[in-house]
Amino acid sequence: MNDPKAIIAKRIAMELNDGDLVNLGIGLPLYVSNFIPADVHIFLQSENGMIGLGPIAEPHEADSNLVNAGAMPVTILKHGMYFDTVTSFGIIRGGHVDATVLGALEVDEEGSLASWIIPGKLVPGMGGAMDLINGSKKVIIATTHTNKGRPKIKKRCTLPLTAYRQVDLIVTEMAVMAVKEDGLHLLERHPDVTITNIVENTEATLIINDVKIMEV
Amino acid sequence: MNKLINKQQFQVLLKDGMTVFVGGFLGCGTPETLIDWVLESGVKSLTIICNDGGMPDKGVGKLIVNKQVKTLIASHIGTNPVAGQMMSEGTLDVKLVPQGTLVEQIRAHGAGLGGILTSTGLHTIVEEGKQVIRVNDQDYLLELPLGADLALIQAREADPLGNLTYAKTARNFNPVMATAAKTVVAYADHHVAEIDPEAVVTPHIFVDYLAKEEHA
Repeated sequence: MNDPKAIIAKRIAMELNDGDLVNLGIGLPLYVSNFIPADVHIFLQSENGMIGLGPIAEPHEADSNLVNAGAMPVTILKHGMYFDTVTSFGIIRGGHVDATVLGALEVDEEGSLASWIIPGKLVPGMGGAMDLINGSKKVIIATTHTNKGRPKIKKRCTLPLTAYRQVDLIVTEMAVMAVKEDGLHLLERHPDVTITNIVENTEATLIINDVKIMEV
Repeated sequence: MNKLINKQQFQVLLKDGMTVFVGGFLGCGTPETLIDWVLESGVKSLTIICNDGGMPDKGVGKLIVNKQVKTLIASHIGTNPVAGQMMSEGTLDVKLVPQGTLVEQIRAHGAGLGGILTSTGLHTIVEEGKQVIRVNDQDYLLELPLGADLALIQAREADPLGNLTYAKTARNFNPVMATAAKTVVAYADHHVAEIDPEAVVTPHIFVDYLAKEEHA
């Protein structure tokens, strides 16, 4: 199998529509921007205060006053603009973001997400993730299917939640799953893995009807 | 009216145990010169309100490492491992707040509001101890206003009265923090005679002092 991150990022890129305002979390989610089809123009928001987020800056163009939400020097595209944090989170909570892509420690079959704290071990904080997942029209989780073999897609999250029942789509290197009223649907599988493989690596109950082959 | 102050005059404003807003996002837009002056003053037991914990050698992170901070109210401390370590040892009290909630709490204080209602944090540990208010069949958390004794603001330009502009993504929390502290000190990269009224982001009435390394 190819690089799991590339598989996930490429598949998520297909979910984004021309004209969408999109927020990509730091790490794997940000990688999605490398795979946007040429005929699709999206606007990337960076919650530290810009729309029109461009590629990571080359060393010679780096400006310490122009960074993304991970503090990496970036560029701004034509028609981009800056704003303060009040406006930025007004955009986010106000439902103006079409899609947000976030990472996960755990995500469950009800669409709840845990991503910001492992009590007693790791306490990075929620940053803007709680607002993004609550306010965005579509919430896509980008995650490896397991954490070194331990399922990350659970019946119920065991870690403190980032948000309760807000996730729409989960994309891993093995599968694409959608959270619906009746539970978690397995929509697509990677061509190299079987449905049995996926079920064995998933704690959540998967609703399995018509499973398509994931484009990789 | 002369708002210019130097290092010594700035340090007179500092008191042990005071609450301080510090603008910036992972150090971008943090007034590093003012942080260095706070560091040098040796003032202790501060409550710092900032988007994040900075890095050990950048932004408010330097004050945390130097043990001048008793309480940190922030959305994220993941980039400052020292803050995480001090939190587990019990030598730093960290209150994590969703970023969009933090900025609105500050805005509420500056704008004379009794609090704000947000769905961010519902059904998570952020909800603990807070009042849930139902409006139009939707639950919201009541989040209270948050003010400070002192705000440390990083601006791009300042005119002699203290009208301010900001640079790119270094704007972030700075304009809102300038509205919500008893005493507001701005550090500007450029002191200019005049700013186009259309371009002013922070009106001078919010700014008490303009700190500068040396002045006549």
